[in-house]
Amino acid sequence: MTSVVDLRKSKFNRYKDLRNNPSELLEPAIKPASEYTVWDRIYDIVDADSFQEFEFDFPETNPLEFQGYVEKKNELRDETDCHDAIVSGTCTIDGHKTVLAVMNKKFMMASMGIELGEIVCKTAEYAMEHKLPLVIFTASGGARMQEGILSLMQMAKTSAVIEKFKEQGGLYIAVLTHPTTGGVSASFATLGDITLAEPGALIGFAGPRVIEQTIGEKLPEGFQRAEFLEEHGFVDAVVPREELRSALAQILMLHSK
Amino acid sequence: MKAIDRVLTARDKDRPKITDYVDNLFTDFFEQKGDYLGKEDASIYGGIALFHGKPVTVLGHRKGRTATENMACNFGMPGPEGYRKALRIMRQAEKFNRPIITFVDTPGAYPGLEAEMYGQSQAISGNLAAMSTLKVPVITIVTGEGSSGGALGIAVANRVYMLENAIYSVLSPEGFASILWHDSAKRDEAAEVMKLTAQDLYEFGVVDGIISERGSGLTVVNDGEQSAYSRLYSRIDKTISAALKEMKGMSPEELAQDRFNKFRSFDERYLGKESKARMENI
Repeated sequence: MTSVVDLRKSKFNRYKDLRNNPSELLEPAIKPASEYTVWDRIYDIVDADSFQEFEFDFPETNPLEFQGYVEKKNELRDETDCHDAIVSGTCTIDGHKTVLAVMNKKFMMASMGIELGEIVCKTAEYAMEHKLPLVIFTASGGARMQEGILSLMQMAKTSAVIEKFKEQGGLYIAVLTHPTTGGVSASFATLGDITLAEPGALIGFAGPRVIEQTIGEKLPEGFQRAEFLEEHGFVDAVVPREELRSALAQILMLHSK
Repeated sequence: MKAIDRVLTARDKDRPKITDYVDNLFTDFFEQKGDYLGKEDASIYGGIALFHGKPVTVLGHRKGRTATENMACNFGMPGPEGYRKALRIMRQAEKFNRPIITFVDTPGAYPGLEAEMYGQSQAISGNLAAMSTLKVPVITIVTGEGSSGGALGIAVANRVYMLENAIYSVLSPEGFASILWHDSAKRDEAAEVMKLTAQDLYEFGVVDGIISERGSGLTVVNDGEQSAYSRLYSRIDKTISAALKEMKGMSPEELAQDRFNKFRSFDERYLGKESKARMENI
């Protein structure tokens, strides 16, 4: 897997170059969502050059021996420069040391399998050990079906570790981005001390189509969107992408005194 | 027995339900209703009872046998209020130092409009987080369908057991086939691929034991005679007793840590050596 790591580094450098040379800088805030990558996100949020990625070297997992699963992952690793659907590491945000994880929906809809669940846990444990705040940008279609029951169990694993981190005084900020559903929505995504959401993000346990089929009627406009969750009391604030960095900086500052 | 046969057996309307388990394994059951936040959700049934003379909190998904019964308990599919009721009575069990015994039998958490509006995700994640810290013994028995987060929401236990023909899975085989193969008719194949039987789960290290259904009259077509189940109840009774005995000497903190460790490390065999992670200090 070294080639993936190298590829990733070269991509990092490309983004760094763009940052250092504003004339070439694509404005991520106006990038269409489909082109906004996990690396765009990281460089929008962190202080320049401050992100140090955690590197993991997990063996290949395919507990159900699901046909085509490993091939699919390998294809996506080349495409997305991610080993699985999450990138995490340390950074500073407006000078505040922070542990950051960003989920990558371009990788199998950022569904949660063993590897992703483990990275969430290890990342939270790092924050716990170093007494740093933890920020996770969530996006996910839910559990990684191809890993069967072991993907379901990641919900309990990640929730238990996040809870331990919070119990020990850690600050956990969840930023819910489009879409955050299923097993991720019903585990660590909705356990934040502070919960932010991006405008229009679809956030919910069951997918809208499943609900429509169950209740036999069309869902109202805006159902399960970030604003709907705000109205029903499940997020602290809906924050536009271009203001997320300053919102995080403010929350981190308020917890650093 | 094919996986799909287990699925159908697990869903059989004549299998014992939570009320049967409560009636046959416990005495002096006092039902507790309501989440104390505005709603009673009958798809979770629970309360306080005596198990061999000692107080325990017992709860589980409630399914019915008839259409009317199933309408009343929403076919065992809880909304957020059901999970919050479960959490309320589990917190209370912790306060009064009562072991908690949960019975899992659900097609999943209810995918409905109001369920989403009132925080289905938050209710389930809240239970997963809170259950991981409970300072009393928690024992779960998957008796029928253990489907998705709706099952897990009351199943973060120190010891998890499955009945021989119960299933436990990330979602229904129909859903699995529909999502991965865009064809829900392939459910039989899905059931096989998903590895959702008690034996599979035991081999994955997700459950601690399998409770035999042999000679208990539990088959797809059931003769409906309650007495045939007595053998099964006795095996469940023994399983719970043994698990409680195992945990008897553990302090409240050890009980929470034991449960945490179980869910933190059940999949470690798939993750290789920990030392491989590179996480540099800043």
